[in-house]
Amino acid sequence: MDSYRQILKNGLWVNNQAFVALLGLCPLLAVSNTLINGLGLGIATTLTLILSNTLISLVRQQVGGEIRLPVFVLIIASIVTIIELIMNAYFYELYLILGIFIPLIVTNCAIIGRAEAYASKNPVGASAMDGLSMGLGFTAALVLLGALREMIGSGTLFANAHLMFGEAASGMTLTLIDDYEGFLLAILPPGAFIGLGLLIALKNVIDKRLAKPSQQTVTVDFATKKA
Amino acid sequence: MSETKKTILKSAWVLGLFSLIGIGLVSLTHAITAEKIAENERLFILKNLRVLVPDEMHDNDLLSDVSHVSDPVFGNEQSVKIYKAFSKQQLVAIIAAPTAADGYNGSIKLLVAIRADGELIGVRVVSHQETPGLGDAIDSNKSDWVLGFAGLSLDKPQLKDWQVKRDGGSFDQFTGATITPRAVVKAVRRTLQYYQTHKANLVTQQEHADG
Repeated sequence: MDSYRQILKNGLWVNNQAFVALLGLCPLLAVSNTLINGLGLGIATTLTLILSNTLISLVRQQVGGEIRLPVFVLIIASIVTIIELIMNAYFYELYLILGIFIPLIVTNCAIIGRAEAYASKNPVGASAMDGLSMGLGFTAALVLLGALREMIGSGTLFANAHLMFGEAASGMTLTLIDDYEGFLLAILPPGAFIGLGLLIALKNVIDKRLAKPSQQTVTVDFATKKA
Repeated sequence: MSETKKTILKSAWVLGLFSLIGIGLVSLTHAITAEKIAENERLFILKNLRVLVPDEMHDNDLLSDVSHVSDPVFGNEQSVKIYKAFSKQQLVAIIAAPTAADGYNGSIKLLVAIRADGELIGVRVVSHQETPGLGDAIDSNKSDWVLGFAGLSLDKPQLKDWQVKRDGGSFDQFTGATITPRAVVKAVRRTLQYYQTHKANLVTQQEHADG
């Protein structure tokens, strides 16, 4: 069993579902036009992941073999429907924006992916942790991409924050550049693809930088031996 | 053979059981949230209506004095909701909820409030999928364009001018977006025409099924 730390690192960075596994791109690209939209869908997805991983891990002994996948789908669909109803009841305004994307969480392959690859083989605690980490990683990706697109596209940050945090947060909207004309491409779907591509490239650059020092020590060792 | 049968039966039971649990949980959540969701939807509609026809203007419940009308003037057989505002049994205003099906990207849902004398109180866009940054200027959050309808009527401007400038009328289109404002102007004009023809049927405070 992996340590919780390892699981967290996996979800946030090493095996980030959006940047590395490239799963769940449909909701990712569709909803990431503002930071708050991204955050909203990220939280809903994280909740789904934690619940589905926990439940699936609990029943993993009883449900094996050929009916495994239909049962997973049933569990995930039920959870998503329940989350949708709850959002509709208690976060109505946010639901109006994210509404059509919430059912799409069912089709987010990251969720069935984690159910099959992790929760069906690991104990409850680790599975819940995996759900949380993968969810946080996905949320981070949504928020980053959302912030990037919102800044470039509309020149603001935290627009519509009141939909999520109540009226008190309506002053949170930061206007970065006054009278910004807006950059349409960033808000439209192509902007999502370009933005995601840039973020993945950035992650790869960082990974390479991080990997370099260890390589250097290896060469140095080799050099000293030779000498 | 019987071993296979057993496995199949067991699988069927497990699958059935999980379906039941799933349905049970979803139904339970639905039962708990249904009232709150209905209330949310009601408040949401009311909030939109209040922007156009504030509470001081009328003394009835807008959501209960509603007619569903369909008329050739709206085209494509759509049924249009008309909320009626009364003060002391006198019609003070109507709010129609027509849909402009000819937006650039799908239909545009509008609220068109008309005072009893036929003058527009205002127009708001409730939902649309127009291009961000171009067509979405019809949204009152994005630009003031839609506020320009207030105070207009079928004679102001003249009927032939109820078009965007590109088509020879008197309404501004947006840079790079003509189809969206054209659809909105047309839907508002049609609503005014409907009101003019059917005013007599709308003034009484009773449920009136017109078609």
